[in-house]
Amino acid sequence: MDYLLTEEQQMIKDLCRQIAEEKIKPVAAEYDESGEFAWDIMKVFAESDICGIYIPEEYGGMGGGVLELAIATEELSWGCGGISLGFAATGLGTFPIILYGNEEQKAKYLPDIASGKKLAAFALTEAEAGSDAGGIKTTAKKEGDHYVLNGTKQWITNAGEAEIYTVVAMTDRARGARGASTFIVEKDTPGVSFGKKENKMGIRSSATREVIFDNCRIPKENILGREGLGFIVAMKTFDHSRPGVAAQAVGIAQRALDEAVKYSHERKQFGHSISSFQGVQFMLADMAMQVEASRALIYSAAKMIDSGAKNIAKVSAMCKTFASDTAMKVTTDAVQVFGGYGYMKEYPVEKLMRDAKITQIYEGTNQIQRGAIASSLIKESLA
Amino acid sequence: MKIIVLIKQVPATTDVKIDPETNTLKREGVEAVINPFDMYAIEEALRIRERLGEGEIVALSMGPPQAEQALREAISMGCDRAVLLSDRKFAGSDTWATSYTLARAIRKIGDCRVILCGKQASDGDTAQVGPGVSTHLDIPQVTYVKKIEKIDAASATVERMTEEGYDIIETPVPVVLTVVKEINEPRLPSLKGKMRARKAGIPVWTAEDLGCDEGKIGLDGSPTRVVKVFTPPPREGGRVLEGEPEETSKELAGLIKDIIIG
Repeated sequence: MDYLLTEEQQMIKDLCRQIAEEKIKPVAAEYDESGEFAWDIMKVFAESDICGIYIPEEYGGMGGGVLELAIATEELSWGCGGISLGFAATGLGTFPIILYGNEEQKAKYLPDIASGKKLAAFALTEAEAGSDAGGIKTTAKKEGDHYVLNGTKQWITNAGEAEIYTVVAMTDRARGARGASTFIVEKDTPGVSFGKKENKMGIRSSATREVIFDNCRIPKENILGREGLGFIVAMKTFDHSRPGVAAQAVGIAQRALDEAVKYSHERKQFGHSISSFQGVQFMLADMAMQVEASRALIYSAAKMIDSGAKNIAKVSAMCKTFASDTAMKVTTDAVQVFGGYGYMKEYPVEKLMRDAKITQIYEGTNQIQRGAIASSLIKESLA
Repeated sequence: MKIIVLIKQVPATTDVKIDPETNTLKREGVEAVINPFDMYAIEEALRIRERLGEGEIVALSMGPPQAEQALREAISMGCDRAVLLSDRKFAGSDTWATSYTLARAIRKIGDCRVILCGKQASDGDTAQVGPGVSTHLDIPQVTYVKKIEKIDAASATVERMTEEGYDIIETPVPVVLTVVKEINEPRLPSLKGKMRARKAGIPVWTAEDLGCDEGKIGLDGSPTRVVKVFTPPPREGGRVLEGEPEETSKELAGLIKDIIIG
């Protein structure tokens, strides 16, 4: 479908597809197997100037927004949903700075992210707190000109690889979610360490680790916004980043569809290509409709968010949930179209199915999202 | 240091049809790209500029107006600017007339220390234009370069690939270097490069702009004519002689005799 993208957006799309096709696709299976972080591909991202597409021009970016980020993430994820996360999760770690950073913070951190010199990460989740941000145990205690951080963050994407971390910690535990604050922490700050790399089902080349703060002293200037704003920063960040997860999902789903269509021509049974069988045709048609509907919803949500609209939580949750459920369904169907071959690691579709699963889970499970969508609906109906 | 990269726009596929009437390639409807070997030349130019920390790279092409697209692609990869040589009078140029025309343009651009191009084009496969340019400019050439060990404004040390290995050659500059695919891995275009390329003004120089001697360009300036273009039949598989050395050598000698004496 033609989404009437601007010339610039089309350029981003074309370039990211070229990167996915020529650089990511050939190495994706290898990285999936080894679980190594794809630094050589991060270098390609940097050299291609795509790292700053959603960062304002005055800080070395291209001045795009959520739509540009989504377009790029989709195409890169078509190549590999794990490798693309080095780029996309940096977006998640950077949005708090874009949205709530002051002039000094933006000038200090954004240019290196825009140039691809540094990756970023967002550290919210803990063993007993994720969507329930009020349960955060990591503390930030003010001591003179510093905050002292203590606690352990879990399942942090890009942890150990990124240089810049935006971290949610409690400055006033008594106030619950309203006592949380967000800080910028640099990797080499004394007191920051990382847990072992998690061995995951999918997105295996993406780095997932614990981030451990042990009396980690950071300058008080590193707080984003002010004390107590942490929960709001996290929620607004996710409102902006969820279309990115959705785009990752639709990229994976599109790849599954492409592989399934191609295979259905090649595979012959009963003397015919299986693409001539109506049972397979209907599956392909359903997959294509779902993928296109997801993309249309993501692009619409992203445009609305970029327009500066106020109530974006609902559309952001909708596109994430719809696209990730689609990715799970379409990748499962792609494995089905491939039959026994689809179950084998020599073929690309089982990886797509494993990679798709996380999109239903992270940045808020789809159950949490449905809850958010419903509460928006109810609120709107009462307004 | 100024570097000029010579690029040619070629059909994207190697499966090109030949027009039996005119003996020329049928280009209609075939996607056009930068000659793959020239991509290595562009990449090497970018690496020289990065290594020296300074320099200007000019992409130069001769061809129909649509060759401008190939030059824009060169800019999107990082070339600073581009010049297109296009004129109906250039039509029908063979490799000699083409290299004469390119040499005129290189003189007009001026002050160039290194001229890079692919070892040959994927459509014509002559490998003559690079050496031709060096001859017209009366400067040294090294063909089949697989590595540039050292380069500055005075001299260059390069490795020339041979069938058995490579030669190490030291040459003064200016020099023409034609490169092989072993030299590097071309980078992808960058987003900023693509935007610059979209806006870049690419001057088109004609025979008059270059002050060409009209007897040396186009069909009239071409001493060679393409009489026939054809796809050679695929090579038949060889034969392996098996057995004891004494027997097989006798058999081989017999076969050679048959070929020579008939």
